[in-house]
Amino acid sequence: MLRFVVRRLLLIVLTLTVVSFGTFMLFFAAPSDPARILCGTRCQPAQIEAVRDGLGLDRPIMTQYVEYMGGIFAGRTLGEGDWAKDCSAPCFGYSYTQNQEVSEIVARALPVSASVAIGAWIIQTLISVSSGVIAARKRGTAVDRGTIAATLIGGALPIYFVGPMLLLIFRYQLEILPQPSYTPLLDDPLAFAGGMIMPWATLAIVGFAFDARLSRSQMLETLDEDFIRTSRAKGLKDRVVFWRHALRASATPLATSAGLGLGGLLGGAVVTESIFGLNGLGKLSLDAITARNLPIVMATVLIAATFVVFGTFIVDMLYAAIDPRVRLS
Amino acid sequence: MTGMIEPITDPGSIEPEVVVTETVDGKQQSVHGRSPGQMAWIRLKRDRTARVTGALILGILLAAYGVPLWTAIYGTDAYAHNPDLLDRSSVPLGFVGVSGSHWLGILQGNGEDVLMQLLTGMRTSLTISIICAILATAIGAIIGATAGFLGGWVDAVINWIIDVMLSLPFLIVALAAFPIMQEVFFGGPSERPLILSGLMVTGILLIFGWVGTARLTRGQVISLREREFIEAARASGAGNWHIIFKQILPNVWAPILVSFSMAVPGFVGFQAYLAFLNIGVGHPHPDLGRLVNFAVGKMQGLNGWFLLVISGGTIFLLVLTFNLFGDAVRDALNPKSNR
Repeated sequence: MLRFVVRRLLLIVLTLTVVSFGTFMLFFAAPSDPARILCGTRCQPAQIEAVRDGLGLDRPIMTQYVEYMGGIFAGRTLGEGDWAKDCSAPCFGYSYTQNQEVSEIVARALPVSASVAIGAWIIQTLISVSSGVIAARKRGTAVDRGTIAATLIGGALPIYFVGPMLLLIFRYQLEILPQPSYTPLLDDPLAFAGGMIMPWATLAIVGFAFDARLSRSQMLETLDEDFIRTSRAKGLKDRVVFWRHALRASATPLATSAGLGLGGLLGGAVVTESIFGLNGLGKLSLDAITARNLPIVMATVLIAATFVVFGTFIVDMLYAAIDPRVRLS
Repeated sequence: MTGMIEPITDPGSIEPEVVVTETVDGKQQSVHGRSPGQMAWIRLKRDRTARVTGALILGILLAAYGVPLWTAIYGTDAYAHNPDLLDRSSVPLGFVGVSGSHWLGILQGNGEDVLMQLLTGMRTSLTISIICAILATAIGAIIGATAGFLGGWVDAVINWIIDVMLSLPFLIVALAAFPIMQEVFFGGPSERPLILSGLMVTGILLIFGWVGTARLTRGQVISLREREFIEAARASGAGNWHIIFKQILPNVWAPILVSFSMAVPGFVGFQAYLAFLNIGVGHPHPDLGRLVNFAVGKMQGLNGWFLLVISGGTIFLLVLTFNLFGDAVRDALNPKSNR
């Protein structure tokens, strides 16, 4: 067990190193001068020089990469002399267009993305698992067929179509929902939910299909197994067989899928946030890409990769904890 | 009545591959043998969903690739501007410009015909998606089979590369890489021939597209690797490549075919997603995703919903049709699956 954990953690470090180095190289392959782009149009030569220095663009690429990675863990000073910026750990660089440390900008966007993704994930998981399980319970009935039809429709709906349609119907035509916005949960829970309901609905509509189909087929598969026949033969009530025995045996794969789904939602947040104008990580990275603000793009790629890698790791560990049949090796 | 096997009669029966003739009670009887592929084909032909969606797909392909013909009949193509049908602020006259010669109206701005934009955009989308699905399936199958069969460090490295690919936020990387690729290859986002832009999009989609099939094939191959027929092939002196391509891959074609049929709608959706975010074949070439993006920008205007519903709905129906057909293919190849 311990060996497994250590090996996985080492692999994670290796993965993240490669991801960060790859992203770093990618931006270096760009022929344009990052300093000029970062500095903006009304930028004096001295300022460009300072930015170039701050990015360390005159040094060899390996040195720059090591310095960048060092900054994340220990902090560093960007540039020299008058333009020197102190950047404390975790230092992802400095955004010259916004005049702020990248870590501050990211920290401001993080709760927005987290609210969108986690809220949508809870709604999506509740709806998909319960509808899938109920469909399996009522196999062959109208309820079952209705659920299948809903998953087929949901699975084919593009996120960039659902979002604008919701906005069009509920915001502009019926005028019953407020413009999506972010209010911290603790400040005003009602405004928080009101501002998030459309992004949540969008992600849940698009995302529920996969887990609903999975939980339905998983339940049906479990119901075919021998131990279910045994418990029926013992004379257990149908209700008990289904809700106690079958549901429990199906829980593990469902938990895995739902856990991994959270990572996917963080990806889906890019478009959702842009459509609804929420200032989360997704919109931040999209805007940064448009503005060629490389430090921010770099930071968002790294953060997203870290989330996914650790998310998978945690799901794997939980998997072993929930299901005694799973052996870690 | 000895040794007779009743031939299975069914409406969709096809030419038998193997015919065994036996003489029973003085009469000649033929017995049909069917390969798994033939049985799957028969199941597919019996499936109503498969028949309906198959016909729809034929219609879609005809609509998309018949564009030159439709242009000749309809009288306009996707590129033609119609300034005389716009008012002074470039808004189409009448209800989004719908008329006898522009059945779904025209676009705000230059007045391009919406119907032809949709058909030509569908052609772009389908071409890229089908090519991507073929290449991604081939690359994924070969990489997955190699990893699964060879095992050891090769498997470990390939598996790790797959994990790295899965950990990358595809959208952000694609968005960040595309302008850089544009600069490196073309020196900036200038207007380019459709084929070059299409190739760029195909390349971006392929970077991540092979991973799913590779994972699937690897798993399948690992379960086959220890079987006796592989041992027999090795004992008779077959090399690794022979075993992978001639012994193993023919045995995993069913899941690979299923993954291909699901990859087509997947790529249609992804391609449109990227185009929505301006990673597409680029103006002025029609692209479904960009059309949705355009519609979103105009949706608050008078009758702005129309273009959004038309363009988004087209993508939805494309993906839905191909998904349903893919499901039918999967059920035909794997009759035990719980539908």
